[in-house]
Amino acid sequence: MTTRVGIEVSIAVADAVRLTNTDVIAAYPITPQTHIVEHLAELVANGELDAEYIPVESEHSAMSACLGSAAAGARTFTATSSQGLALMNEVLYVASGMRLPIVMAVANRALSAPLSIWCDHSDMMSVRDTGWIQIIVENGQQAVDNVICAFRIGEDRRVLLPVMVHLDGFNLTHVIEPIVLPEQREVDKFLPTNKYPLPLNPDKPVAMGDFAPPVIFTEAKWAQEMNLRDSKKVVLECWDEFYKAFGRMYKPVEKYHSDGAGIILLTIGSVGETASVAIDELRADDENIGQVRLRLWRPFPFEELRQAVKDAEVLIILDRAISFGGPGGPVASEVKAALYNQVGRPKIVSFVGALGGRDITVAGFKNMIKKGIEIARTGSKNEYEIYGVRE
Amino acid sequence: MAKSESELTWRDMEIGCIVTEPGGARQYESGTWRSQRPTYDFKKCIKCGICQLFCPEGCIEPNQDGYFEANLFYCKGCGICARECWPRVIKMIEEEEK
Repeated sequence: MTTRVGIEVSIAVADAVRLTNTDVIAAYPITPQTHIVEHLAELVANGELDAEYIPVESEHSAMSACLGSAAAGARTFTATSSQGLALMNEVLYVASGMRLPIVMAVANRALSAPLSIWCDHSDMMSVRDTGWIQIIVENGQQAVDNVICAFRIGEDRRVLLPVMVHLDGFNLTHVIEPIVLPEQREVDKFLPTNKYPLPLNPDKPVAMGDFAPPVIFTEAKWAQEMNLRDSKKVVLECWDEFYKAFGRMYKPVEKYHSDGAGIILLTIGSVGETASVAIDELRADDENIGQVRLRLWRPFPFEELRQAVKDAEVLIILDRAISFGGPGGPVASEVKAALYNQVGRPKIVSFVGALGGRDITVAGFKNMIKKGIEIARTGSKNEYEIYGVRE
Repeated sequence: MAKSESELTWRDMEIGCIVTEPGGARQYESGTWRSQRPTYDFKKCIKCGICQLFCPEGCIEPNQDGYFEANLFYCKGCGICARECWPRVIKMIEEEEK
């Protein structure tokens, strides 16, 4: 019998990893990811999880160890945040290019400088071109569920790609939420054993991560791109199966009163739930407004997004990262690009805010939406608007 | 016979470009990188083999007469052999020179 328990989200994520019977964990602690890997170390030390726990000297080493582990066909997990993710950067490209199904929880945190341990999305946006599947969750239950799904998606023979599950640092990692942890037998049924097709094996030697001359490099990269794009159908299939098994539904673009709404607010991550309360209050005041959230960031859900916002007049987007000197937040610029060639697209107002752990409250969202509607009506000379900065 | 590299499409790529057969490096003609090539005055050669020891490509072997000579399929033309050859057997010349 599954029960809902009050548990810190990081601990629940570690427990979800235990339920997947992960073989290898190689990780380096960094705030606010620490509790995830600490609890995993505890589970391994207590014999509750039969895995190799490799305490490495850096995140670069953590991801490198994960490459070797996944290449040997072992189910592999790691977690990091912010500077740790930045230090892994070059190895992230290797993991996806070599098609190694590593699962990584990323506790989203601002990148230095100035130093901030608090949440924003500058870390996850800095790795959007690394070829990983990226799932963004909004609460603890979603984190638990999607860590389990991530293994099933990444290890699928049709996918074989690494997967990041992004959960906001502190706002999710350090809060206690009521969470249903699935039963072991249910997870065993849902998640097949990892069968990497060409593992490192002395009896059948292969060379991995080899050199590709110009004559095949483009073909290799296009194969990787097609593979990542095609992974979307496996993601959808996995979430569908997850719903059948556990009763919780996930979609690449999740809608909240957005069908038929003239104004839509688009968010990613944990602010979504606060924003939903603002949407409720505005709707109670007869505002024709809804919300969409991106659950899947890579592969980018073009069709689902276009469908979700096609009837809106105004689309207000909140980014928690700045693309310095660029066209606005990464989410807004990608959404704009996705809609550019559409007939009858909404006006887009791009906000950047909630940086480095600053909260946007329900009142704050209502204020931001009001400003957004005004800007959509009057136009703005800015590429994007910064929200909440003191002038 | 498998397709040559230039005939492979993206659909032919092995997962993660994993190499499942040995000998791939042997097939790779690194000699195309060369802008200079070694020439030999074997009359001076004492067959000491120092050129072979220093060759970073490992492409120098004794020929039929026992003189050490680079395999131009692999030789990148770095000129290290010419520099190390103290009896001055080896001289580097531009590729376009006859």
